Amino acid sequence: MSATHTFPSPRTRGEDRGDLVVDAVSPQGEGEGNCPGETPPSPPPHLRLPPRFADDEVVETLSPQAGRGDAERTAAPQSGYNFAYLDEGTKRMIRRAILKGIAVPGYQVPFASREMPMPYGWGTGGVQVTAAILGRSDVLKVIDQGADDTTNAVSIRRFFAKTSGVATTTRTTEATVIQTRHRIPETPLTEGQTLVYQVPIPEPLRYLEPRETETRQLHALAEYGAMHVKLYEDISRHGHIATTYAYPVEVAGRYVMDPSPTPKFDNPKMDDCPALQLFGAGRERRIYAVPPYTRVRSLDFEDHPFRVQHFDHPCALCGAEGVYLDEMLLDDAGRRMFVCSDTDHCEGRRADGHLGTGDAI
Amino acid sequence: MYVAVKGGEAAIDNAHRLLAEVRRGDPAVPELSVAQIRAQMALLVDRVMTEGSLYDPDLAALALKQARGDVVEAVFLVRAFRTTLPRFGASVPVDTGAMAVERRISATFKDLPGGQVLGPTFDYTHRLIDFTLAAEGDIEPAAEAEPRVDAALCPRVTDMLAQDGLIEASPPDEGAPVGDLTREPVDYPADRALRLQALARGDEGFVLGLAYSTQRGYGRTHPFVGEIRVGEVAVEFVPEELGFAVPLGRVQLTECQMVNQFKGSGAAPPQFTRGYGLSFGQSERKAMAMALVDRALRAEELGEPVTSPAQDQEFVLAHCDSLQATGFVEHLKLPHYVDFQAELELVRRLRTEFERKSETVEMQEAAE
Repeated sequence: MSATHTFPSPRTRGEDRGDLVVDAVSPQGEGEGNCPGETPPSPPPHLRLPPRFADDEVVETLSPQAGRGDAERTAAPQSGYNFAYLDEGTKRMIRRAILKGIAVPGYQVPFASREMPMPYGWGTGGVQVTAAILGRSDVLKVIDQGADDTTNAVSIRRFFAKTSGVATTTRTTEATVIQTRHRIPETPLTEGQTLVYQVPIPEPLRYLEPRETETRQLHALAEYGAMHVKLYEDISRHGHIATTYAYPVEVAGRYVMDPSPTPKFDNPKMDDCPALQLFGAGRERRIYAVPPYTRVRSLDFEDHPFRVQHFDHPCALCGAEGVYLDEMLLDDAGRRMFVCSDTDHCEGRRADGHLGTGDAI
Repeated sequence: MYVAVKGGEAAIDNAHRLLAEVRRGDPAVPELSVAQIRAQMALLVDRVMTEGSLYDPDLAALALKQARGDVVEAVFLVRAFRTTLPRFGASVPVDTGAMAVERRISATFKDLPGGQVLGPTFDYTHRLIDFTLAAEGDIEPAAEAEPRVDAALCPRVTDMLAQDGLIEASPPDEGAPVGDLTREPVDYPADRALRLQALARGDEGFVLGLAYSTQRGYGRTHPFVGEIRVGEVAVEFVPEELGFAVPLGRVQLTECQMVNQFKGSGAAPPQFTRGYGLSFGQSERKAMAMALVDRALRAEELGEPVTSPAQDQEFVLAHCDSLQATGFVEHLKLPHYVDFQAELELVRRLRTEFERKSETVEMQEAAE
């Protein structure tokens, strides 16, 4: 709270201040925020209230600068919105955070998360990451709980279809960008694909230490003893580790990372994955990444090795084994059915002629 | 056979259509106009502008209409609009000392230059429901104030106290850039300007609760209302190409200066300290609560022990935003069946182990 603590915002106060735009480099030394020396702010990217004054301008679409290599430059389908909603300055800020995250795998990069037109907790971090990386030639898949047809997945997929016009799919193999909440698809990901996770609490140590100032220091010192103690306490109490989702991992031998609340069943898929994995936490304003082919190790002990959930039954619809299953309640007598959580995987198998028993349990 | 539910898209569309219909309500009842909301729900509009961080009464009124009167939802709409607005500069700091005062009260001095101006206030009303309001009718016109000789002169109470050195000086304006927490992630410890930004945007109920807690002993600050003033101030901007300030318009503000005890330290003599609150429109509760929490958050700076939630900036700043809070709380209604399945499996396993253990114990007891 020293008076010399300055901030890099191009805002000044004081009657006698000089330039309105201050070219200051962030003293925080990290994080992505207001980019000094940036091009002047662009006009509003989407439709406004009708102009109130004669000289008000209601601006239409902005530059379709996002894209990879061969991106086509066609007009966005929803006029009045910038390609993929976010303005280009914001996308650039987010891309910088992503690049930093890729350079330091598992490290949480602070970024200036924007207020998005969907609520915090609904995937604003993932949406911002997706918006920043999406190009016109991308094919987008959105899943929530493994399914393409849950309401929030539908809502986010539509958001991008409307604001970017990119092709969408439910097929894991067809998608170039997959935004996900709580699952990693069963179909192995390939090179060139990007998996974007929605993250509620990016800090794996948060429930052990609520203070950000403390946890950042713990990461800096690679001081993860508390986490091991927590896992050890599980073992001493239950005989095994009782963390079932958001199971902490160590990335590239350095940072302990929260894999987002995916069931630990999915943790092994993160290891040495050919796809790029990006994590966005909007409310907590953090982005982190796991580059392709990176070692991701679930924390464990030599005498208590990491184990994933095992289901006693195959999927009732497609007969798949070794996949994550959802439990459906069928009636008030407690009859249940176990079916694939990954709807695309299940449908694909059924299309290939695999059939489950269809039996309730 | 049960097949996983399809049709999310149609369901969402239908839910939105139903929402639109329910929002409108009984079509036999005339529709509310934005102008009506702006004029007759003015304090609600002020709150939405304050927490939405955007001074635009029409937009706030429209947001309230769209949000069916839900404050947090209206704030959300305003914020989501604000986030895309271009920022072309910062205004010259507004001078609340030059405010066209509509209301100005001090709890520390019985009379003072500029006088006590009650203005439109609920303070001394009896909270009896006025059934005559149910019937529309004309109201008695407001009384005209006697023009005061010193009406134009209405100095801030804290400035008068500062002349005698009885209160700490206002922090000098060093012309340093002010942070913007909507454009940069907050880095703790945050300076006072950023903390005030967060409090100004913060949920009125949450900030009020924190302020109340300081009064009940959780980080006590011995406050007095030095002054509350409500009125319009001019907003000026210096376009680079002109080099001098041009007026952009006027905004209505509520400012609260709390005067708090301070015993002094080795370096500083005993003197009063300041807590500051500022909100759009007439939002006295918010401005007062903000001033109390601002002072509480200065504990570390003033060498006081940090023991209570209201003094803990990570606690206050991370939790005072209604959108962040409501988002994370309400996201619990999103599907969580994958994680829940993982927990179900664990609980079943733990229960099996528990039963096996108790059986073993029973058998042992039987054997003995």
